[in-house]
Amino acid sequence: MQATANGGQLQRLVIVGNGMVGHHCVEQLVERGALARFEVRVFGEERQRAYDRVHLSEYFAGSDSEALAMCEADFYDRHGVHLHLGEGVLEIDRERCEVVTAEGRYGYDQLVLATGSYPFVPPVEGSSGTSRLVYRTLDDLDAIRAAASGSRRGVVVGGGLLGLEAANALKSLGLEAHVVEFAPRLMPVQLDSEGGAALKAQIEALGVGVHVSRATQSISTGSEYRYRMNFDGGEYLETDLIVFSAGIRAQDALGRACGLEIGARGGVAIDHDCRSSDPQIFAIGECASWNGSVFGLVAPGYSMARNLAALLLGESSTPFTGADMSTKLKLLGVDVGSIGDAHGATPGARSYRFIDEANAAYRRLVVDASGKHVLGAVLVGDNSYYDTLLQYCQNGIALPADPATLILPQGGGAPALGADALPDTATICSCHNVSKGAVCAAIDSGCSDLAAVKSCTKAASGCGGCAALLKQVFEHELTARGVTVDKSLCEHFGYTRQELYGLVRVEGIRTFNELLKRYGKGHVGCDICKPAVGSILASCWNQPIMDAALVPLQDTNDTFMANMQKNGTYSVVPRIPGGEITPDRLIVIGQVAKKYDLYTKITGGQRIDLFGAQLHELPLIWGELIAAGFETGHAYGKSTRTVKSCVGSTWCRYGVQDSVAMALRLEDRYKGLRSPHKLKFAVSGCTRECAEAQSKDIGVIATDKGWNLYVCGNGGMRPRHAELFATDLDDDSLIRMIDRVLMFYIRTADKLQRTSVWREGLEGGLDYLKAVILDDSLQLGSELEAQMQHVVDQYECEWANALNDPEKLKRFRTFVNDQRADPDVHFVREREQRRPVAALHLIPTVEEVV
Amino acid sequence: MNSSNVAVAQQPNWQTVCQRGDLVADSGVVVWLDGEQVALFYLPGQAQPLYAVANRDPRSGANIIGRGLIGSIGGELTVAAPLYKQHFSLRSGRCLEDPQQALRTWPVRLAGEAVEVAMR
Repeated sequence: MQATANGGQLQRLVIVGNGMVGHHCVEQLVERGALARFEVRVFGEERQRAYDRVHLSEYFAGSDSEALAMCEADFYDRHGVHLHLGEGVLEIDRERCEVVTAEGRYGYDQLVLATGSYPFVPPVEGSSGTSRLVYRTLDDLDAIRAAASGSRRGVVVGGGLLGLEAANALKSLGLEAHVVEFAPRLMPVQLDSEGGAALKAQIEALGVGVHVSRATQSISTGSEYRYRMNFDGGEYLETDLIVFSAGIRAQDALGRACGLEIGARGGVAIDHDCRSSDPQIFAIGECASWNGSVFGLVAPGYSMARNLAALLLGESSTPFTGADMSTKLKLLGVDVGSIGDAHGATPGARSYRFIDEANAAYRRLVVDASGKHVLGAVLVGDNSYYDTLLQYCQNGIALPADPATLILPQGGGAPALGADALPDTATICSCHNVSKGAVCAAIDSGCSDLAAVKSCTKAASGCGGCAALLKQVFEHELTARGVTVDKSLCEHFGYTRQELYGLVRVEGIRTFNELLKRYGKGHVGCDICKPAVGSILASCWNQPIMDAALVPLQDTNDTFMANMQKNGTYSVVPRIPGGEITPDRLIVIGQVAKKYDLYTKITGGQRIDLFGAQLHELPLIWGELIAAGFETGHAYGKSTRTVKSCVGSTWCRYGVQDSVAMALRLEDRYKGLRSPHKLKFAVSGCTRECAEAQSKDIGVIATDKGWNLYVCGNGGMRPRHAELFATDLDDDSLIRMIDRVLMFYIRTADKLQRTSVWREGLEGGLDYLKAVILDDSLQLGSELEAQMQHVVDQYECEWANALNDPEKLKRFRTFVNDQRADPDVHFVREREQRRPVAALHLIPTVEEVV
Repeated sequence: MNSSNVAVAQQPNWQTVCQRGDLVADSGVVVWLDGEQVALFYLPGQAQPLYAVANRDPRSGANIIGRGLIGSIGGELTVAAPLYKQHFSLRSGRCLEDPQQALRTWPVRLAGEAVEVAMR
């Protein structure tokens, strides 16, 4: 046992279980300074540290286990918490106050059970192997993935929330997915029969088979697929694998074995302090049973964890008194919401229903007998109504004269409850239990921007579902305090990016210093305004970015015209227009990569990325690339990146236009164009859309009459389909319209705003953009085209420019007084290439502070 | 040259590290100094035109501070680390976002065309 600073003994706190709730408990303890009083030891049965089970299906959509992790790898170490992963607790010895694992025995003064739940697999005759998979852990997912290879069809037993998530996972593995549900509808707990029917219709439209009112009697060998599921009544369904997701059971085995009191429907029985029948042992999350109920959602588990942490530290804690089971989800891409008494089970309850069979949308509002208050709601197909309804329900807000308006379609989207109508007790973020009052308090204590409010209150940092509401409350409260919401670029410029763009353009300003002197404050600027102004100057005048007055403006990637990687080395991307490259040039890239030992990878934009170059190597590498005819690819800039293309009509039997030639023309025209954020293009040679143009800022798809233009799409973190903007354009009209759209974007967008976000914020939406660009309603067309032509005419490869100027090359020295390379850059070889050593930050160095 | 921030306990050992012409105005370069990597930032026209801080970014462990962007935040001259963008005071080396992080700093001066750093 260790001693505390004041000479007392550290209490030994053992937490069994490292899932979301167990981890949240540790976070809460750390935050409250518990490590000064407790020696905390955490046991996790799984090999991975706590990960986000709510978003488990993203594991198949490309996230790796690290992306799902709940914390940084060194979180436990950093805070001095002992984490035992892959070491399940086998037994609790209450007499000696010890937990027993395969590795040894560990004493405790207080014990917290956070063992979660396990999937319930109903006893079905003949189920084994890949006919008996479950969906709960990353290991389960690996087993499903393994079973899916070589399979064509997969069935999920259970049409609840997790079952539909599992079906989504099967679908993303490329299987034909089916859901089999015992009840007569999907999500029987959350939805009523009409809601279940609407959800079934939507999910079937996505190609997932839905079979309700089916009880699986036995599983036998199939004739066309691996297994045959035999239902009562003689029907059957064949499949290659079966995932059971028929509900969860509290993982209470440890509690049972050591004689703790168990709830009627399983789970370690707890009181409102989360204490079990043994006063030294607590239980939180899905392994606990409060008042006979086990809560299978993360929010109640978090709330227990929070209360327990406060209790252990002797702070005032809010007793746990049950949980609101309202949920808002996107299942297989379909919005589903359930609030409060969704079934209208309260005596005297009355309902309003809206059914849209054309779109398989359904909404139900349940009100009390007086017709004054919301008891519950069901939403299928559109969750934009959810936030407002939840606020009405949770805060007892009086209903409008005609309650039906709350669920009826409105011209302007779902009716929003003004932020001022919410009482201070209204819950804004249910994951972290943040009320409107807490948000207001954060603002009053000096949080002056949204990021500060988020980090101070943690609101919107759980599932993120409340982000829009939080922003609304924040802005409303600022306005209420007489603060105008400050849209200034930064402390040096009291202007928005749009305003600065106008000043630069109208006044013909060519340097940062001139703009700062005339319209800004101070003499230096900062890392927000300098790159933003640098980008504006480049968009307007397109001078070489390495010119002396412009160099200090660029962020490091633009300054050195390469992309810095995590160990301080750079990657190099030569332009490969349209993704077309001759064998000779391909060989040059290979030779350069080999000579400088660069890790080589094909990018998503049909180019080749060369990693691991040190600063002083960049001019040497570019010297060789430029001699072979390459130009810079601007992969480092907020500028045109690539124009992806399919092979088009020259080779493809389906192609109707020469998409490669058009891609080359576009890339040649817009290369070097600097803009508020990066720009990606694609050209497809026919409607099959192999170039994925509809996910790009500018997408072009061939028709038999010309080209269709799509604008403002995005991949990445927030995917958005590009919208059809103009049809059947000839080559020159296409270029003119793209000139106008891009220049209008450059003129009006905010800093670091992609075209997709810009488009969503445009008042008047797509129709307005069409009016400005296609109908020339502002009579800007020729001006925008002329401005683009100026930028195009000024183009010069920045690397060629720099290589011709010894003054500019001086910057490309790792040390200005020494020839050596950075001795701290270390590589290891993996799959025959170099990569940085994994834990760079673990290289011991002495931190000295003068 | 203001010498008030120079250690008084012992005589500073000034060492020439490079020439003024090696510096880049309003930006940084890095010098090798007996096994240490020192980032030099040059702000011609400012009251104190030269700053010397450690080149190693404590957050990433990479030697990149000299490639960061100079700025002024609430009147304090800063450099933004290129990878994770946290700000360090050029004067004190203190990290504005995380008081646990700090960069070592050195006294630095121009002696004619020579750039000199004080060793201890």
